[in-house]
Amino acid sequence: MRARSVRSYEDVVIAVPVSVPYVRYSQESAHWWIAAALRGLVKGAGITPGDIDGFTVSSFSLAPDTAVGLTQHLGLCPRFLEHIPMGGASGVVAARRAARAVQAGDAEIVACVAGDTNHIDSFRSLLGSFSRFALEASYPYGAGGPNASFALLTDGYMRRYGATREDFGRICVAQRANALTYPQAIMKKPLSLEEYMSARPIADPVHLFDCVMPVAGAEAFLVMHEDTAKERGLPYARLAGAIERHNAFPEDPLQMRGGWELDVADLWSAAGCRPDAVDLVQTYDDYPVIVMMQIEDLGLCGKGEAAEFLRGHDLTNAGTLPHNTCGGQLSAGQAGAAGGFIGFVEALRQVTGQNLAAPVAGARRALVSGFGMVNYDRGVCTAAAVLEAA
Amino acid sequence: MSEHTPLARPPRKDPTAVTPLAHRPPGSPSRAGLFFAAHAARGAFALQECGECGTRIWPPRDACPKCLSADIPFTPAPTGGEVIAETTIRVTHELFYRGRGPWRVGTVQLDCGPVVTANLHRDVTTGARVRMIARLDLAGTPLMMALPAKETPLMDEDPALRGLTAHPRHRRVLVTDGRSALGQETARALLKAGAAKVFLGVADAWKPFPGAERIAAEEGIEIVPLDLSDTRSVVDLAGAIGGKTDIIVNTADHVRPGGVMGQSVALARESFETNVFGLQRLAQVFAPGMLGRANDGVNNAVAILDVTPVAALSNWNVYGMHSASAAARLSVLQGLRAELRDGGIRVMSVFIGPVEDDWHQAVPPPKLAPKAVAAAVVKALAEGIEESFTGDVARDVFARWSADPKVLERELQR
Repeated sequence: MRARSVRSYEDVVIAVPVSVPYVRYSQESAHWWIAAALRGLVKGAGITPGDIDGFTVSSFSLAPDTAVGLTQHLGLCPRFLEHIPMGGASGVVAARRAARAVQAGDAEIVACVAGDTNHIDSFRSLLGSFSRFALEASYPYGAGGPNASFALLTDGYMRRYGATREDFGRICVAQRANALTYPQAIMKKPLSLEEYMSARPIADPVHLFDCVMPVAGAEAFLVMHEDTAKERGLPYARLAGAIERHNAFPEDPLQMRGGWELDVADLWSAAGCRPDAVDLVQTYDDYPVIVMMQIEDLGLCGKGEAAEFLRGHDLTNAGTLPHNTCGGQLSAGQAGAAGGFIGFVEALRQVTGQNLAAPVAGARRALVSGFGMVNYDRGVCTAAAVLEAA
Repeated sequence: MSEHTPLARPPRKDPTAVTPLAHRPPGSPSRAGLFFAAHAARGAFALQECGECGTRIWPPRDACPKCLSADIPFTPAPTGGEVIAETTIRVTHELFYRGRGPWRVGTVQLDCGPVVTANLHRDVTTGARVRMIARLDLAGTPLMMALPAKETPLMDEDPALRGLTAHPRHRRVLVTDGRSALGQETARALLKAGAAKVFLGVADAWKPFPGAERIAAEEGIEIVPLDLSDTRSVVDLAGAIGGKTDIIVNTADHVRPGGVMGQSVALARESFETNVFGLQRLAQVFAPGMLGRANDGVNNAVAILDVTPVAALSNWNVYGMHSASAAARLSVLQGLRAELRDGGIRVMSVFIGPVEDDWHQAVPPPKLAPKAVAAAVVKALAEGIEESFTGDVARDVFARWSADPKVLERELQR
């Protein structure tokens, strides 16, 4: 596909990666978690809340509030405000929105935040009220939630392309190794391929270690002019390219590809490089079959070839294709909508040298991908970005 | 396909065991989804079809995803399809499914276009041709299920399918009026369909009635005293069999010709005592016990089925006051359905026109044979159809009522 001519994000940069340490269950509210992330941004940037004149929020557990209620709750007075309910695609989408706002002069400093709490039984409530289609056309069928939806996609993908459980297992095992270097990961024990293979089935062919652990947590970053970052002495990365797409390929009976395929040429054209020129990759990893889909649709290999391609790579931080370098959601935990930020924030740390997890040697360019919202039978939102060291 | 052993008759209930609670399955249909539910309630598989571009639509929507037309009525849809992916859900947070797992679900490519998530029958696997049905689950949520395209052995014993129906097999049924041929034939048909036992209610047993000796002699049928117009009688019977009644089939109907002006209030009151308050007595006295056994496994309490005169939909003035009692009876059923839905007891109707009996002598044919009604009762239970219309008259009245109740009102008046 030929690339379109899309205006670049020049002069706009991303800075101040914040990951509020996750906990399995929290007594606090989503508001509390988002406030903690904002405080991290303010402290990390050496600014005051009054300096933040743009704000994007992603959260599943804010009800009845939205970004609007948060401004008053947290005492912000932004002139650019977005609520981004796109789940796993939220991070990249927030960066895109914020970057254009800064570029256009609609805001100087945009705080992009995602956070969710996790109470006992709140995951069930979330699943039981996720979307209208889910409520009437998937959840009443055994109430498997995303495990069941992704099990069907995984089953279809395995049949069509011959990927095996071992192929999925290698992704999960490498991520666990990466997570062991990330102090904030929820999972603290090593995971072997044997353990992965012998885990109990959840919704065949999805087994325990294919599933993320719902947790409470928050992730955030700032978007601003390059000059602003320089003045304040903040390490930053450029947004070399970014794409998003929603509800692509509705005619595909089973989701074997995402909207990336429609826009991937734009992404690499904007980034000015080939897919194999990235130093690390952060994919949305709730469930490993989606990792394979992203690897394919973003051009790292051909359709259906991800299993074969990944067999030829070491996915740890010291490996040939460092992937989900803080352990991803599979090993660090899924903090609701913050699951759409974790890869973006970790990539920002890696390319700006502000690491919490083991650094990827010479990391200058990162591919970050997002996938969100199984509205009915497939993920609807897809997004991807290339982050580049300044 | 694996061999299945027939469902065994469950052992006697352990009276010391803690009662398993009847959990409500999740699901809350949108308004568009309620149209799907209405078709499913009548046993029909209907999907939205765009009146402008012809696209078949699922899940239920408020606009066509191809052309944005809002002209997207539910119409009967072809039921063929193929399973293209499957899973077995072993872990769920919902209490209802935790007690019933593992749960098989698949992705089905329908011949008419949409790709749907559906419950899979145990004899169906990926690649299989399937026949789709739509039914209501215990909470009234409409569900799709993929059945084998061709009948398989013990097909109706699939646990997920059985959960969508009120099959009489292994269940104990109370049929309320054994004095009528309708009640007697219904009892026989239920027994033949596998009911563990049929309690057949008879009022004023000292008064002779046709077929009395023959029906009393049948194994599996137990004659019990029951007069729906007498609260004491209903309470006494519930004391004896309330703890082992899994299905109630109400065949009682007090029918007398006569309109509003012609029929005495005293006679009309008799009709209401049986047809309306009798049903209310049954519900008040038997339903609490049924709710307590709604999650008892193979022979859980599952349904109250009423044989409802189709004149409930619109007054037939020749039998004007009886029609009025039928309308009230239908209203009681609707209210009861709402009250029992959360507890997992189905409230069902088999609508009928005039039956071939003493009180319809002056009515010209077509009239229903009691055996035909009995077969319809078994079919409704076995297939889990909330409202069915049996015989030419009931179907005709329903079709006209669907077109316009006001037109039907005039059409029925003689």
